[in-house]
Amino acid sequence: MLEKKSNIKAWFYLLPAMALLSVFTFYPLFNAFYLAILRDFSFLNRTASGFTLFGNFIEVIKDRNFAIAMKNTSIIVFVSVPISVLVALFISVGLNSIKKLQGIFQTIFFLPYVTNAIAIGMAFAFIFHSDYGLFNTFLGWFGIDPVNWIGMGASWSTAMFALLIFTVWGGLAFKIMVFLSGLQSIDKQYYDAARVDATPRSRVFRRITVPLLSPMIAYITITSFIGAFKAYRTIIGMFGPTLRPPGTLSKDSLITIVGLVYQSLRNADTIGEISRAASASIILFAITLIFTLIQMWVSKKRVHY
Amino acid sequence: MDNLNVDRSKRKVLIQKGLIYLFLVIFALFIIIPFYWMILTSLKDIDRIQTEIPPSLIIGFKDMLFSNYIMALNAAPYLRYMLNTVIVAGISTVGTIITTVLASFAFARLNFRGRDLIFMLLISTMMIPGEMFVITNYITVSDLGWYSPLGQTQTQALLALTFPFMTSVFYVFFLRQAFKTIPDELYLAAKVDGTSDFKYLWKIMVPIAMPTIITITILNAMGTWSAYIWPNLVTAEEEFRLVTNGLRNAYVDFSGMVAYNEQMAAAMIVTLPLLIVFLLLKKYIMRGVSRSGIKG
Repeated sequence: MLEKKSNIKAWFYLLPAMALLSVFTFYPLFNAFYLAILRDFSFLNRTASGFTLFGNFIEVIKDRNFAIAMKNTSIIVFVSVPISVLVALFISVGLNSIKKLQGIFQTIFFLPYVTNAIAIGMAFAFIFHSDYGLFNTFLGWFGIDPVNWIGMGASWSTAMFALLIFTVWGGLAFKIMVFLSGLQSIDKQYYDAARVDATPRSRVFRRITVPLLSPMIAYITITSFIGAFKAYRTIIGMFGPTLRPPGTLSKDSLITIVGLVYQSLRNADTIGEISRAASASIILFAITLIFTLIQMWVSKKRVHY
Repeated sequence: MDNLNVDRSKRKVLIQKGLIYLFLVIFALFIIIPFYWMILTSLKDIDRIQTEIPPSLIIGFKDMLFSNYIMALNAAPYLRYMLNTVIVAGISTVGTIITTVLASFAFARLNFRGRDLIFMLLISTMMIPGEMFVITNYITVSDLGWYSPLGQTQTQALLALTFPFMTSVFYVFFLRQAFKTIPDELYLAAKVDGTSDFKYLWKIMVPIAMPTIITITILNAMGTWSAYIWPNLVTAEEEFRLVTNGLRNAYVDFSGMVAYNEQMAAAMIVTLPLLIVFLLLKKYIMRGVSRSGIKG
């Protein structure tokens, strides 16, 4: 036989990747749990005073910022994702039904995928500028007075509104790409049959397109939930490292769970902060794990109709 | 009577088509506006920005101030950041390609004990949020002496910025798929001819899978260009940072006098290369996208 087992040779090929993954992926994974149970871990001296099973978790959860971060993250997840999935679905169906200009529209809709969240976040921040911004200009056409969206002392709700618009904007491209490839793989026969029967467009959409696309809709929705739970860069882009409009209190912060992790990490020299960062990251992991399990359960069912 | 019906349904189809185009145009505008606003603002005079309320939505060519771009480049060490970014992207991409090609070959082509189990373990790490790794990696990089808040050398900064990103489970997964499509007969024929595994990988598999390797290169380079969090964490000196760091670190002015035009020019300098790469290499980027699972 030519194809015999070749363990030593295989490990020679695997070695570079596995060595790097061991140091920068596998070890950190276990170490995160270890750090999370250390009591009073000092980053400067690499010492701890003992172990505590849930102490660090309780400290993270009790912190005022945790409730704020959970609220912000949940809103980003459960408002922006359904909106962007729905809009992306309509756009893809529209795109799929036209012939002229399809290529140009497609390119435009895919543009946000490659852009830099920080750079575009700055552009969005300027769109929402209360005096010089485009959004207030637009509202002015309808006789609506300028609103202080994200400027000095802006309220939490207007800032969140602006952030959600930016988040939806950034989330459309990937979903449209996936939906479009799904639509193109649907058998044309269904649509031909519907045309023979002169079925109205809205009905074709509800009775053919959505059911056949349902596994993909479920997949996109859940993976987008997971992705949105990690929101952070968009907030840095729009609000800068303070994560809130200038001149506002920390209760109006737009901090997210990932924001908590990095806030602790930036104060790494303070005793216990590394452990709190690890605990927050494990909480994030637990949340995404739940959604991953739901994902696996749904994709196993794969109910089409 | 029949004619009338046909006319009516024809008109109905036409109206529906029109509505679809209208819907698409509205959302295309929604997508384009931030880019347009960025370009427009980057070319305006600062006095014009601060006195014109509401702001003008279009400006004549003779009013465009291209000098804003030069001002932006001078306001922060952008050329230095760009050079850093190119170096970091180059090193990490070469490293990633080497480790990924070798590992993908083992998983796709070689037969060894525990192959499927190890592969499954690797794949399952893809669902773990990166923040969980970042904390320990920050400590590791400090322990290795590559980073200290007190200072670091250029080499140490480069090591800290590139070494943790010299491989990627997603790329291994992606390239393994491409290698898998290469028929076994080729391998067996090469073996009969006495070709070594390494030569076969290098001369046959790598050229066949080149489109995938190009995709990985582009995605990796674009990732470095947009990297923000890690470089911010592990660089002690301003001059070792990457382009995206420069964006948020510069122009933050608490007196309220922000040079919006320069700020947008800087954002444009960071965005434009990404857009150009995207438009030129769209098909390669899309190949990767359709396979990447988790993305906002």
